[in-house]
Amino acid sequence: MFWDEKTETLPKRDLERLQLKRLKKTLSQVQNVEFYRKRLHEAQVKPGDIRTLADIQKIPFTRKQDLRDGYPFGFFAVPIHEVVRIHTTSGTTGKPTVVGYTRNDLNTWAHLIARNMTMVGLTDQDIFQNMVNYGMFTGGLGFHYGAEKVGMTVIPSATGNTRRQIEMIQDFGVTAVHCTPSYAMHLAEVAEEMGANLESLNTGLFGAEPWSDSMRAELEKKLGVTAFDSYGLSELFGPGVAFECPERDGLHIWHDCYLVEIIDPATGEVLGDGERGELVVTPLVKEAMPLLRYRTGDITMQIEDDCLCGRAKKIARITGRSDDMLVIRGINVFPSQIEHVLLRIPEVGNQFMVYVDRINHLDEMTIDVEINRDYFSGELQDLARIQKKVVKELHDTLELRTTVKLVEPGSLPRFEGKAKRVIDRRSEM
Amino acid sequence: MKQNKFVIKQISVFSENKPGRLAAIARALQEEEINILAFSIAEADGFGVVRALVDKPKKAHEKLGGLGFNVAFTDVIAVQMKDEPGGLYETARILGEGKINIEYAYAYSGKEGAVLILRVDNVEAAISAIQKGGGTLLESSLFQ
Repeated sequence: MFWDEKTETLPKRDLERLQLKRLKKTLSQVQNVEFYRKRLHEAQVKPGDIRTLADIQKIPFTRKQDLRDGYPFGFFAVPIHEVVRIHTTSGTTGKPTVVGYTRNDLNTWAHLIARNMTMVGLTDQDIFQNMVNYGMFTGGLGFHYGAEKVGMTVIPSATGNTRRQIEMIQDFGVTAVHCTPSYAMHLAEVAEEMGANLESLNTGLFGAEPWSDSMRAELEKKLGVTAFDSYGLSELFGPGVAFECPERDGLHIWHDCYLVEIIDPATGEVLGDGERGELVVTPLVKEAMPLLRYRTGDITMQIEDDCLCGRAKKIARITGRSDDMLVIRGINVFPSQIEHVLLRIPEVGNQFMVYVDRINHLDEMTIDVEINRDYFSGELQDLARIQKKVVKELHDTLELRTTVKLVEPGSLPRFEGKAKRVIDRRSEM
Repeated sequence: MKQNKFVIKQISVFSENKPGRLAAIARALQEEEINILAFSIAEADGFGVVRALVDKPKKAHEKLGGLGFNVAFTDVIAVQMKDEPGGLYETARILGEGKINIEYAYAYSGKEGAVLILRVDNVEAAISAIQKGGGTLLESSLFQ
């Protein structure tokens, strides 16, 4: 199903023409931002120098730190009275990043969310419970307005009180939910404890943190939903930047609104299709806060083949963040890889914590994982065998020796917002 | 396996190796007025199993399970030993001659003498070997 079929399926040439037109407009828009006037002047790039889409490579990158330095309104390209909404990015060190929206921006954003929700088959017949933070986090209001645009019955349940969330799903006959994948897992566990039936559910939209395909299988089994991955970040409006279609084999990023590049995070070199690197996006339709070549920090790649659904090229699901990436004894490790391994092993639970230390100048990674209640035989040797199995499976995937600690079921922290599962203690020494 | 009067239900509790875990288990048993007759702790890499013979194993299982502990029943047998020099040798000799492989064991010495608690791979075979060798097995009803 399409929300805006013509735009979503534009032929390549028309799409590129539209992108170039919008890129040029964005370039004139950023002239209202002192940071960009200076930056482009230093790089000796004049608006007239951008004649083709490839010319974008002449423009320097914009980093998260640049946005922080502009706190609070340094990146607004319109007078503050034209900004009708402000959000800030979720928990990072130092000052938050402020993002602003004009009335048109909010409308554009809601339409993008409506595209995504329609793409996965949701309609005005659906009853939608939005179980994310409704405050400064963009996930709450973003999805809320998109779902209303489609005409769904929207329940702004926000976060917390999981038992109440479950009761509402049951009492209101909720058909679709949106939350983080880790909260969805928590919801499933609590529903299981309560013996609650969630049979009205059939669609789950999960985002704001990377999650694996095995976690998808687990969530689908436990909640009885078809699960779709949602991708976005506040700097690019919020959620809705890219989304899975029913093929569920990569994310459709909306090329008429976002110009995509993949770069090597270390060198800045632009990579080709099929090469994994950092996603760099130039939003093409933002009024209040236009950005040029914004480094998202998210690791993905462009998928060469077009999708069967008729929409253009996809990017791969996010496998981690360039700044979450741990380098352990020279090997790159993403927490999502660990999660993926654990989900394959029934003897242990899905929650985990990773601790990284430096012992005798060597990086040591310790992973705490819960034993699955049903697999405890009472024998120490069986536990030792499970521990060995986890170490081996992790080694097979990460090519790294780790220490695995088995802990009691239910003893690891559960996260309702963005999960913080890695504690790197190497800098403390 | 048919129920044998010599088969005793030991409770095995998974526990992380950190301060306060044993106290939590012991307090829970106290609250239910469950008496611990014998117990041992087996430790591996950062975790362990607390093994205990208690007078009310079912109740102990329920209570600990309800508190979130991971609990399992394990079948063990108890052999009476003479509480004097050579007592363990006599029992161990019978086990060895009976070709019984011990997975683990722990012992206590009480009013009625010394007792060796044994976890073996084949309980039935062990019971008949001990009886043939002249050893004395204690019935589970003595404990539970």
